[in-house]
Amino acid sequence: MWWGVIGTSLMAFALKYLGHSVPERLLSSPRVIRINTLIPVALLSALVAVQSASAQSRLVIDHRIGGLAVAAALLVLRAPFPLVVISSAITSAFLYRFI
Amino acid sequence: MPVVSATPRSTIRDSLSVSLTVGSYGLAFGAASIAAGFSVMQTSLLSLLTFSGASQFALVGVMGAGGSVLSAIATASLLGFRNGLYGLRMAPVLRVKGMKRILAAHLTIDESTGVALSQEGHGEAAMRSGFWLTGFGVFFFWNIFTLLGSFGAQAMGNPAAWGLDAAVPAAFLGLLWPRLTTNLNRSVALIAFGISLLLTPLLPAGLPIIATALVALAFGIGKS
Repeated sequence: MWWGVIGTSLMAFALKYLGHSVPERLLSSPRVIRINTLIPVALLSALVAVQSASAQSRLVIDHRIGGLAVAAALLVLRAPFPLVVISSAITSAFLYRFI
Repeated sequence: MPVVSATPRSTIRDSLSVSLTVGSYGLAFGAASIAAGFSVMQTSLLSLLTFSGASQFALVGVMGAGGSVLSAIATASLLGFRNGLYGLRMAPVLRVKGMKRILAAHLTIDESTGVALSQEGHGEAAMRSGFWLTGFGVFFFWNIFTLLGSFGAQAMGNPAAWGLDAAVPAAFLGLLWPRLTTNLNRSVALIAFGISLLLTPLLPAGLPIIATALVALAFGIGKS
């Protein structure tokens, strides 16, 4: 876990500092910019999927799906982030206890 | 354009409201990190030193799900890549060197860059103020709320009983949502969602997530 903390922090800073130090022309092609906006979209979406529907390399449907459904519904209704997360947690905790 | 000596009030207001709102997400991160098995100390250091929400969530998410350290760091770093491009955009506006550049780099995140760019109409001085105010503001609140969240989660015990295991994907969904603005983004999100689930039984934990970066790459190169 310590390696994760140290490694992630070093990489995060290196990437930030690199941006402030390299000449602008090097990375500003439209293709690089487009890939850069798509990478978080792909990774975040994958994280949503894996974190809500898998356990140790198995696909499972459990209490977390209920929480995710509530989160999605609230996001459609433009609810603020903290409300989304808290409502999702409450729903999931409720399902965990009673199913 | 006349030289603006005082920071426009709207810049200060934007910076503070963004800082407080985004900083409060730190509660969710603190709780998620503890639920994933990190200590309060490690959780706080992540918020102090990594200081990039999506990357931090990715690290604890992947490791909490049993992924290897390397795949967790790789996922977090791929998410941190965009900060580099923000730096590229901000460097000519900030024009700082030495220690100040190190500080500026550390504070280069979605929010500081976003507020700075939104002040473009008020001139470069307002952009700089927006960047620094938002950067320091988010840093302050993010770390305080991380600490609160991690202590809270530690006092709770079993994460699933409190729904903390569902709070993490909900947080990711909340981070993803504002990015689903175009058909291209929505397609990439949907395909990545499906591919990561398909690969979950086939690859060690963590890798199915990284693999979806290739989807982004393919769409980014292909579509012009």
